[in-house]
Amino acid sequence: MINTEYVGIQEVNGPFILVEGVRDVSYGEMVDIRDTRGNLRRGRVILISEKACLIQVFSGTQDLVPATTRVRFLDRFLEFGVSPQILGRIFNGLGEPRDGCGTVYGGRTLNVNGQPINPMARQYPRDFIHTGISSLDTLTTLIRGQKLPIFSGNGLPHNRLAVQIATQSRLVGSDNFAVVFAGVGIKHDDAEFFQRHLIESGTIRNIVMFLNLADDPVIERIATPRFALTTAEYLAFELDMHVLIILTDMTNYCEALRELGVARGEVPSRKGYPAYMYSDLASLYERAGILTDRKGSLTQLPILTMPNDDITHPIPDLTGFITEGQIVLSRALDARGVYPPVEVLMSLSRLMKDSIGKGYTREDHPDLASQIFASYSRVQEIKALAGVVGEDELGKTDQAYLAFGRDFEKLFVNQGFDENREIELSLDLCWQLLGALPESELTRVSQSEIKEHIKGKKETGLQAGPDSSHTK
Amino acid sequence: MEKHMINEGRIITVNGPVVRAAGMKFFGMREMVRVGEENLIGEIIRMEGDEAVIQVYEETEGLRIGEAVRGTGEPLSVSLGPGLLGHIFDGIGRPLNTLLLKEGSFLGRGLSVEQIDPDQEWLVTPKTAAGEVVAPGSLLAVVQETPLLEHRILVPPGFAGELTWIIGGEKAKSGTVIARIRDEYGREESLPLVHRWPVRTSRPSRQRLPLRTPLISGQRVIDGLFPIAKGGVAAIPGGFGTGKTVTQHQLARWSDAQLVIYIGCGERGNEMTEVLEEFPSLKDPRSGRPLMERTILIANTSNMPVAAREASIYTGITIAEYYRDMGYDVALMADSTSRWAEAIREISGRLEEIPAEEGFPAYLPTRLAEFYERAGRVETLGGGQGSITIIGAVSPPGGDFTEPVTRHTKRFIRCFWALDKRLANARHFPAINWLDSYSEYAGELEDWFNSEIDPRWKERRDQARSLLAEDDHIQQIIRLVGEDVLPDDQRLVALCALLVKNGFLQQSAFGPESYQSPKKGFAILDLILHFWEKARGMVKSGVPLSLIKKPPEVMEITRLRELPSDDGEAIAGLRNRLDTALDRVAAERTATGKRGNRS
Ligand SMILES: Nc1ncnc2c1ncn2[C@@H]1O[C@H](COP(=O)(O)OP(=O)(O)OP(=O)(O)O)[C@@H](O)[C@H]1O
Ligand SMILES: [Mg+2]
Repeated sequence: MINTEYVGIQEVNGPFILVEGVRDVSYGEMVDIRDTRGNLRRGRVILISEKACLIQVFSGTQDLVPATTRVRFLDRFLEFGVSPQILGRIFNGLGEPRDGCGTVYGGRTLNVNGQPINPMARQYPRDFIHTGISSLDTLTTLIRGQKLPIFSGNGLPHNRLAVQIATQSRLVGSDNFAVVFAGVGIKHDDAEFFQRHLIESGTIRNIVMFLNLADDPVIERIATPRFALTTAEYLAFELDMHVLIILTDMTNYCEALRELGVARGEVPSRKGYPAYMYSDLASLYERAGILTDRKGSLTQLPILTMPNDDITHPIPDLTGFITEGQIVLSRALDARGVYPPVEVLMSLSRLMKDSIGKGYTREDHPDLASQIFASYSRVQEIKALAGVVGEDELGKTDQAYLAFGRDFEKLFVNQGFDENREIELSLDLCWQLLGALPESELTRVSQSEIKEHIKGKKETGLQAGPDSSHTK
Repeated sequence: MEKHMINEGRIITVNGPVVRAAGMKFFGMREMVRVGEENLIGEIIRMEGDEAVIQVYEETEGLRIGEAVRGTGEPLSVSLGPGLLGHIFDGIGRPLNTLLLKEGSFLGRGLSVEQIDPDQEWLVTPKTAAGEVVAPGSLLAVVQETPLLEHRILVPPGFAGELTWIIGGEKAKSGTVIARIRDEYGREESLPLVHRWPVRTSRPSRQRLPLRTPLISGQRVIDGLFPIAKGGVAAIPGGFGTGKTVTQHQLARWSDAQLVIYIGCGERGNEMTEVLEEFPSLKDPRSGRPLMERTILIANTSNMPVAAREASIYTGITIAEYYRDMGYDVALMADSTSRWAEAIREISGRLEEIPAEEGFPAYLPTRLAEFYERAGRVETLGGGQGSITIIGAVSPPGGDFTEPVTRHTKRFIRCFWALDKRLANARHFPAINWLDSYSEYAGELEDWFNSEIDPRWKERRDQARSLLAEDDHIQQIIRLVGEDVLPDDQRLVALCALLVKNGFLQQSAFGPESYQSPKKGFAILDLILHFWEKARGMVKSGVPLSLIKKPPEVMEITRLRELPSDDGEAIAGLRNRLDTALDRVAAERTATGKRGNRS
């Protein structure tokens, strides 16, 4: 256990330092770096050769003096110590206590890179999470063990939505529910917002936070989600908890990845992001799910802000290719005062198909959701047409669609930040709205469903009507 | 080198999955090696003097300079024999169930496991006798691998001569010798039940045969408009969430291949789990047996090592060729070939090769071509016929089909099912765009469809496609001026196209219509086109469209698809009722003396 200390490094280049003449270093090994003033920085070996090794310094290489910098190889990897005591704690982006409560003792040490789950060990997620949010529960159902990101934009209320999901989720309050929060390069205000709502509101008993704030070292951001995921896996698969992990903002993570790639002089792929970004993101997002032989579950709710609201940008694009759907927020809905501004047609929950309907939510749910998608997408076509010919020129059916669309956004998608709607109510509300369309337009639901839910109307308590105003 | 003639080199650099070693001059190019103290599995991908570049199929964290690299004397290979069906393997052929037993829920490293369970016994029934002269492809014996599939043990390529001994009807394990052959020089060779084959080498066949029969998919839009031939190659490109995987799963479930190989290449773990959970209880529509009995899964999910992802495609296609050689029709799904191409790109980047476009190496098209060329219908070495159909998903960044992988793939495939984000957003599934997609096989398969499904198959297909093309034009006008101002004949086109879209093209993968026979699909299309013809006549003679579309029977057409697959009577019944209703509308018009205005 004598770790030799090397004095002097040969090169400093961006976030990397090169150390020559070291022996017996292993790939991926952790390194302690002491600058002239004796301050400690941490690094990781990312390339080894007979002559030298390249180290990525998490907190950056600012002010390092090559001749006097001292480097010590630690003979261990990027690890995190876990024990039940981590519940309630706040750490920085590198897993060091940030709450002044000292080190966590007495646990196990886990490699934060984790290991891939054997697909045979997985159990296909089928349990519906009741979030009390109509647009999600009905049309983009969240499933326990799913990875479902929020695709948002700067200035949109993604943080509120994430908090609402976390605090309203039906598992809340039970002892075996936990939230892990990873703030990656987020603003102080945002961190404060999450802290206030997640911790201080007192609704969630078990919570662990990792905070790498906007002014914290950029390279650390590569590590932050891994610490959080390691914690989440530990809680889910060793302590049998149902864990919801919020990772925000994944855009900052990807920016850090790009910065690192460019600094290494790698051949970039689209928009300068590294060619391995898909694999790298997958190594995070795939750390979700349910195992056949464990009781817990790990549900991921990553948040990312789409640069220029562009969903084809590599960050949302690669994310969408890995996750099991996405919740897309719309600037247009937000501008119209709709909260949560969920763009239901672009949003998708891939695991929904096996987890709704009879025995899960309600028998009419699948057809009803399909009908809403069909009708609401027809609304978009008619809106486009109305933009050209003018609304008054439209036929009666088309006008009915426009009214349906407005009510749908105002009464169904729109709801309060602390409004927790029962799934039953959300579904009934859908039927009530569909009732405004001619029956011949309802091709995705069966005659008997129409009879039961529209003709034998149920009162939802929410008023839809012809007087619903233009909210354009 | 010194002691046991075992080659041994030592690591001199480690860069992610790429390791460089010295002392390697006695190793072979493409040789499989064991790297470092953890015995990680790797493959030599470049030789430079005394040094070799190795791609490592497992996570390389912890490797040190100077650790040993040991040869195995064999290129990356798979074991071929009974015991593959119904199983799931990783990219380099390790069985995931054995890994699960040995190391638990998470995948570790450096584990040596037999690809085929060495303890399982198989009843081997000989099909030939000692004294016979055999050549590659000659049938030696059979094993009932699953109730669905008879596994034919053939003389592997490279062996020929006189059979000096063959096993009786008895049980054998993977290593058991089942026959001995004396070649022309008098050397005797033992043939075990299972043999090894290098995955990057395609297995030989006598000759390629023309494609004549379709691979029936049970999906109306595919079988009816864009059919694929047995032995053909198709690509399904589409942005995220457009339905590549669901379509591939549908083909894995319902296509009439005798054997399905599904490669999850750099995709989600849960998608493999879904197949694993569902296929054992789903019944093959033709035999009624569980689908798992004809399925082999290769899973190298997105978070598993990237080099093994590169290998997974070859592992899958080699197993496909092995069963093809027995005379079977094999369907291979690769989801997604883009992830495979990206694995090639990632390794290439670590080798600091000069990239061609978007970081992909210049040899990307060659690799794609080599893979797709391993599909086809062939005369096997034994004189039988077998086929491999490849269906590759393509995941273009941003859904942009002009990117390199989609563009190059298009050069090597002949059937293109273009998935459309707008259709997917509107929940029109399968989101196969009917204007951008094509099948060059349609012409070759015409005879088959005309004789097996309906003599008017080609005619109806042509009509449907021209209806949809005409509709596309009309929709552009509708988007500008609305539908109401169009003349009735054009509005009729839009109506009929809507019937085709809702009643024929759309097909939910999750309900009663998950599988639909091509006969039923044709019957629906035929009825819609029948309506079109009839209504067109009526519009011509001045009957307003508003009256023509009034009978509820018209929209009822869109509900036919939900009926059980073989319900031909319901369709004929609706046709009669529709005719009667339309005739009544026409008769009423004549009776009232055509005095009404055009609506
Ligand atoms: N034929 C279908 N019937 C019903 N739903 C479908 C069909 N095809 C696709 N879908 C819907 O679309 C969703 C996405 O499909 P799928 O997972 O196949 O996308 P993908 O193209 O493979 O995406 P990715 O590239 O991200 O893997 C499914 O979860 C399902 O809800
Ligand atoms: Mg997919």
